[in-house]
Amino acid sequence: MAEDVYFSYDGVPALRGVSLTVRRGEVLAIMGENGAGKTTLIKHFNGLLKPERGRVLVFGVDTREASVAQLARRVGIVFQNPDHQLFAESVEEEVMFAMKNMGFPPDVARERCERVLKLMGLERYRHRSPYSLSMGERKRLAIAAVLGYNPDIIVLDEPTAGQDFLNKCKIGGVIAALKAEGRGVVIVTHDVEFAAQVADRVALMARGKIVRVGSAHEVLTDEKAIKEVRLLSPQVPWAACMLRERGFSLTNTPLLPGELYLELIKLLKGRP
Amino acid sequence: MRLVELRDVSFRYAGDDDYAIKEINFSADRGEYVLLVGPSGCGKSTLLRVLNGLIPHFYEGEFDGEAHVAGLNVRETPTHVLARHVGMVFQDPENQLFLSSVEREIAFSLENMGLPRAEIRRRVENVLRLFGLEELRHRAPYELSGGQQQKVAIASVMALEPEVLVLDEPTANLDPLSALEVLSLVAELAKEREVLVILVEHRLELALRFATRLVAMKAGRIVADGEPREVLERVSRLVGCPPVMITYKLLKLRGLSLEGPPLTPEEFVDSLIRGWEVWRR
Repeated sequence: MAEDVYFSYDGVPALRGVSLTVRRGEVLAIMGENGAGKTTLIKHFNGLLKPERGRVLVFGVDTREASVAQLARRVGIVFQNPDHQLFAESVEEEVMFAMKNMGFPPDVARERCERVLKLMGLERYRHRSPYSLSMGERKRLAIAAVLGYNPDIIVLDEPTAGQDFLNKCKIGGVIAALKAEGRGVVIVTHDVEFAAQVADRVALMARGKIVRVGSAHEVLTDEKAIKEVRLLSPQVPWAACMLRERGFSLTNTPLLPGELYLELIKLLKGRP
Repeated sequence: MRLVELRDVSFRYAGDDDYAIKEINFSADRGEYVLLVGPSGCGKSTLLRVLNGLIPHFYEGEFDGEAHVAGLNVRETPTHVLARHVGMVFQDPENQLFLSSVEREIAFSLENMGLPRAEIRRRVENVLRLFGLEELRHRAPYELSGGQQQKVAIASVMALEPEVLVLDEPTANLDPLSALEVLSLVAELAKEREVLVILVEHRLELALRFATRLVAMKAGRIVADGEPREVLERVSRLVGCPPVMITYKLLKLRGLSLEGPPLTPEEFVDSLIRGWEVWRR
């Protein structure tokens, strides 16, 4: 989707030759420290920003040749700070707004609105003002508003920031469902444990470049690469690395708790 | 009397049907690092607002029970007096910082307290050093990274030398390394200065390693309170648990018991190595 993209803000380079493909039916996590260019990159996905060099194709359409309104139907972005996107007087109107704009018939819009509010656990707030909700709830509302109009690609900037455990599970579940429906999901996140659970592929960014991209397992167990972009290793590979140092010969580096369990059982059985 | 003491405290916001917190009994002393967890909307922030008197002084509603902080009755003590004993840090440091330099930011509330100049200088230098902010002293807070801003916010609060430090999701907007740095700094302070830390934080894998005590809330009530490991085993369905604890549980289901449960990778590895020799026999 992105091909060798360059972008700068007032001459300060923010993206320096980024190429990345988002696939349908896949969850891609973009990770890296603050200021690495993650948010700048995702703003290219629906044409909010246009590349200075290189190009971005959305389902074959060059973003420089399409309006944001056209692109937004296919690519929905939920930004990190939900307050930048919320403006309606009630939770329900917030979700209905984009759908109306995009010409959804009222009864379809209403039904979809119901569904996504329920999905995000917000149905009891439907008549409240978005501003009376907590940060975590506003974030879920922003997600609901984007899911409402049914884009093919959903981009979530820090979806788990400020979410409690149960809501994190809920968001993880929604991401899995979107993937199963064949949509492409992009998450920008610092949350290595969440990425370990939901992502299929991970791209690590630093200083406006993608420094590593690969399967979630491959990238998130690469301790050196993780450290380079100022992230913390997820707990399981971290423990595995310490076990190796102390003489345990694990055959694979596990990423998830169950994988570590299986590795240990294998090791225990294999011993004389 | 303990430093913080809440007895049968309930609060209902004006206009709400339900109580936000119900019959809370909680007390804590200097040097404790209390991690307060529970689903959003369970009353954690309401509880914190009682500690610094925002409830009942700013938020209207129905307040029952007795709340004492540093020996002061919260209901009868104005918030500016409580503020000397209880420092508050919020999720978004931008809302707390407004001056043109880090140094002035930290000095501001000290000036407001009417402290002598020499004392202000001493305290400012002290926290600048403690938080590693000396090189940033002349920089404007808004130019700093989120992690640095949060450090400045905590430093300004700590300059007031409160006995209680209350932090409401202070790392929600920080990257993991900065979050870990901020939380461990707070842990050091709790130890060195014998401050009581009360921290609300969802990222257990980061925060648990520092906590001396874990308190879980649900629907306005405290449902578990005590040693972090014991509490977590009971409430992990509600608040989640660190990944290494899941591996520990899987091993246990198979009859491979370890000491624990482990909260961090280090603990897991240590108890696994101890258990390993026994299993191999």
